[in-house]
Amino acid sequence: MKLEVAITKRLGALELDVEFSAEAPVLGLFGRSGSGKTSVVNAIAGLLKPDSGRVVVDGEVLFDSARGINLAPEKRCIGYVFQDALLFPHLSVRHNLLYGAPRGGGGAIGFEAAVELLGLAALLERRPLALSGGEKQRVAIGRALLSQPRLLLMDEPLASLDNQRRMEILRYIERLRNELKQPVVYVSHAVGEITRLADHVVLMNEGSVLAHGPVQQIFNRADLRPHTGRYEGGALIEAEAVAHDARYFLTRFRFDGGELVAPGIDTPLGARVRIRIRSRDVSIATVMPQGISIRNVLAGNVTEIADNGGAIVEVSVRLGTIDVPARISRQARYELAIEPGSRVFLLIKAIAFDKRSVGFAAS
Amino acid sequence: MSNETNPAALAIGGARLALILPSSGQRRSYRCMAIRDNHAMLSAEEISIILLSLKVAAASVVFSLPLALAAALLLARTQFRGKTLVDALIHLPLVLPPVVIGYFLLLAFGRQGLLGGFFERVFGLVFAFRWTGAALAAGIMGFPLMVRAIRLGLEAIDPRLEAAARTLGAGRWRVLASVTLPLALPGIIMGALLAFARSLGEFGATITFVSNIPGETQTLPLAIYNLTQSPGGDSAILKLCAISVLLSVAALVVSEWLNRRSRGPGASTLA
Repeated sequence: MKLEVAITKRLGALELDVEFSAEAPVLGLFGRSGSGKTSVVNAIAGLLKPDSGRVVVDGEVLFDSARGINLAPEKRCIGYVFQDALLFPHLSVRHNLLYGAPRGGGGAIGFEAAVELLGLAALLERRPLALSGGEKQRVAIGRALLSQPRLLLMDEPLASLDNQRRMEILRYIERLRNELKQPVVYVSHAVGEITRLADHVVLMNEGSVLAHGPVQQIFNRADLRPHTGRYEGGALIEAEAVAHDARYFLTRFRFDGGELVAPGIDTPLGARVRIRIRSRDVSIATVMPQGISIRNVLAGNVTEIADNGGAIVEVSVRLGTIDVPARISRQARYELAIEPGSRVFLLIKAIAFDKRSVGFAAS
Repeated sequence: MSNETNPAALAIGGARLALILPSSGQRRSYRCMAIRDNHAMLSAEEISIILLSLKVAAASVVFSLPLALAAALLLARTQFRGKTLVDALIHLPLVLPPVVIGYFLLLAFGRQGLLGGFFERVFGLVFAFRWTGAALAAGIMGFPLMVRAIRLGLEAIDPRLEAAARTLGAGRWRVLASVTLPLALPGIIMGALLAFARSLGEFGATITFVSNIPGETQTLPLAIYNLTQSPGGDSAILKLCAISVLLSVAALVVSEWLNRRSRGPGASTLA
């Protein structure tokens, strides 16, 4: 899926001026609340008319102010999963699902297949009012999917769900990506969702695009850390599952900077995954520690230290091709005399990795 | 009578029941009837009054409903210059004295009137001093109530549901038919009920426009008014008043039943 967006729109106090072009199975639109992400997907869907610019999907012009083109939403073949599902309250789940399906069936995914994929069989005759939040969102995904869209927009589809439901829906969305190869534009302000699902990221801030590129590149850029999440920030590595330890339920992952051990996540051997290492989970030692419970000890050289005079400094250490940031106290940095070029050991607890920080990379 | 399950029977049930009971061919004055025939439930005149009232009210609702829907959609879903003016115009029957409306109707829809002449030439439809005129007057008097109720129903719908329907490939008309109208149904039913009840009670505009002609334009309120003008008709008046109450309650029950049915599982086939 190739998406070209170049639009401007005045929205009250926010001046939306967005330009990016991306070719990726799953495109992440990432930024804080109010940065204009929803307006961008609304413009792609045709629900918001930009003041000027162009929207092109796979070579077809959907909007072009210069040429006076503005396709109606129903003519765009673009599915939309809203944050709050927006199921039709007067229709049963079955009729919600069939609302946008082409008459007589046909298309990439059939009714039965969608029901199976999203686990909706038991819900078909129910009314939306009688569904839980997670069920509603699954129906909304199925409904959009059955309209056979060339592109599926998902605007914060997990935002109104609790943590357990989030993980559940996230797995369904991964199935869309991996099994159906459904192109998706995924909007979120949650780092974990974006790094797990997206291949390409557009980073938005106050109505404009700060940066865009492959997800690993964007989330490893030190200059973007203030925007890619201070608390949740860190490095994103691509790794391969190489061994399982059935006795202790641990999995060993190999990446170009070494190996990592993480709790037994049901990852098939050989699968490529993206692992997010949050910088607050990383400690530093200047000598190889002994008698320690931490399972991941990786040696590397300090490349950069971000020190703005506060209590915390961020020390970046090169592992293979990427810089892994560690957040430590400024006092520790001076006590250990850590300087750029120092040889140090990065310490990461195995249990710092949970389901949210490990995601399958698109094959 | 199982009014919960079969309200249609209830709606016309009173009239049908009454049809069986009175002795046919009795043509007498209300006064005599009141004295001599107290055991009979309803006279032929009374039945014809009820049927006429129902006919007038039903016709007024049926013909004003599409217009009220269009007006409500216009007011609830669009922005245009002069919207306030249109809104005020629609509400005029609510604030003007009904007699004034009746007189305007007489001017416009009389056989010499501009619109009256047009309808007679083009459709062969005459309003002046006909039951059709009573229906027209009742429809106009009920129109603002109907528009208001439907508009409230429309405004209660999340417009993003309509947006969602369009991203699923539905054009404007399909969205209207499959999302907007079904969701506005409670408002539409409420509007129709209010207009129906208003029509049953319409007096001022009707008597001014089409006069008080028994068998043609004499609806329940007009018949009651007539009886009050002659001495001794108290029991007949009370009877007609009771019928008024019954009809109104029946209309309420029917609308409530329709409303409940529109939310029930049967509505799931509306896609």
